[in-house]
Amino acid sequence: MIEVKKLVKRFGLKTILKGVDFNVQPGEFVALLGPNGAGKTTFLRILASLSRPSLGSVKVAGYSLPNESANVRARLGVVSHLPLLYPDLTAEENLQFYARMYGITHHASRVTDVLNMVGLEPRRRDLVRTFSRGMQQRLAIGRAVLHDPEVVLFDEPYTGLDQDASEMLDEVLRSVAAKGRTVVMTSHDLARAEDLATRFDVLSRGVIAASGTRDDFKNSNLLDFYRKALEA
Amino acid sequence: MTQPSPSFLKAVFAIARKDLAAEFRSRELLSAMLVFSMLVILIFNFALELDVKVRQSVTAGVLWTTFAFAGTLGLNRSMAVEKDRGCMDGLLLAPVDRSAIFFGKAVSNLAFMLLVEAIVVPLYAMLYNETRIFQWEFIGVLLLGSIGYIAVGTLLSAMSVQTRTRDVLLPILLFPVAVPVLLASVKASGGIVAGLPLEEILTPLNLLIVYDVVFLAVSYMVFDFVVEE
Repeated sequence: MIEVKKLVKRFGLKTILKGVDFNVQPGEFVALLGPNGAGKTTFLRILASLSRPSLGSVKVAGYSLPNESANVRARLGVVSHLPLLYPDLTAEENLQFYARMYGITHHASRVTDVLNMVGLEPRRRDLVRTFSRGMQQRLAIGRAVLHDPEVVLFDEPYTGLDQDASEMLDEVLRSVAAKGRTVVMTSHDLARAEDLATRFDVLSRGVIAASGTRDDFKNSNLLDFYRKALEA
Repeated sequence: MTQPSPSFLKAVFAIARKDLAAEFRSRELLSAMLVFSMLVILIFNFALELDVKVRQSVTAGVLWTTFAFAGTLGLNRSMAVEKDRGCMDGLLLAPVDRSAIFFGKAVSNLAFMLLVEAIVVPLYAMLYNETRIFQWEFIGVLLLGSIGYIAVGTLLSAMSVQTRTRDVLLPILLFPVAVPVLLASVKASGGIVAGLPLEEILTPLNLLIVYDVVFLAVSYMVFDFVVEE
């Protein structure tokens, strides 16, 4: 579903990604871990077609980036730490707007389904600016899956959420993954990543330093796996 | 299941409709543009204390100076709304030709500017006792000039909004590039107020049309590169 080969990204003289190889099978939930500044967000932005690779090849859902970016975007949902929502529109209006942008026909029923999925149906006519951070993040997930994408990218979705909101987001993320979607999530929260993901990749110094499933560290824990990857 | 991509025009009108709905709810942008325009018109009125003859010659200049400054306020705010909450990424993620984003923003910016003009022009006529601005030709020049100004302004605001000094940067970038459209607009609308025949204002009118076509075409071609990292 995602094939990345020898990906390099440079900003001026600084090289952020130094030859990343990364493959994800359909239905996998991959947690992309790494310290601040490792290039996780840059990597996800390239997968999302928001940034061009300097070198290397990137394929998402069978389409190459950046040449077939519109095809990739039609099959991709993105949730970042910013909600990408308009505060002066209601929850319903925000989703209706994005439904039009994705060419969703008969979007009224789809918007209602998504609002139910993220538990915001009772607040559908409230302005987004009156929502808590947690509610905005749930609506952001609704926005990202509105067009039923095959691949969903989450960039630090727990940033700024309290405990209750984080637990609610866990449930929404599980329901997103349960539908067989391919998910890539960056996170600093190892416990949550361990709970949700089926595979764990560590991005460090511009390359994937380690990659493994739960079976690879069943006798230790994710924290040890992560530390060893950073020290390698 | 992947949905079909929206048509270009549907995406343009979705963006414009969203901007208008958000603005008519918050009224942040329009109120700032309107108050600013009215203050400029009032200041000119008291500062110049014009007699009838001089008034005729400065009408176009006063009006276009007002619209240019007010338009800059609107352009800055319109793009900042998209950038500050990451909504520009939301637009860029849509599976549509990215120039649709430019045209959607340009349509809403133009609507805001025309609305301000529709309020400011009668106010100006009242304060300056100048009724010759209520002519179809004058309104046509307002429309052509506004299209050109908004086309180049929307493109440059998409560039300037990505910098820390966006509020300062936009006018610095915009005014030199907008000089041809502002000069042509002042010449054409000044000629209409002076009662010149259409043949005598054909040159600025043609310049306005060419400017509009060129900047709409250039924006269509380069917007994707402007908004991409």
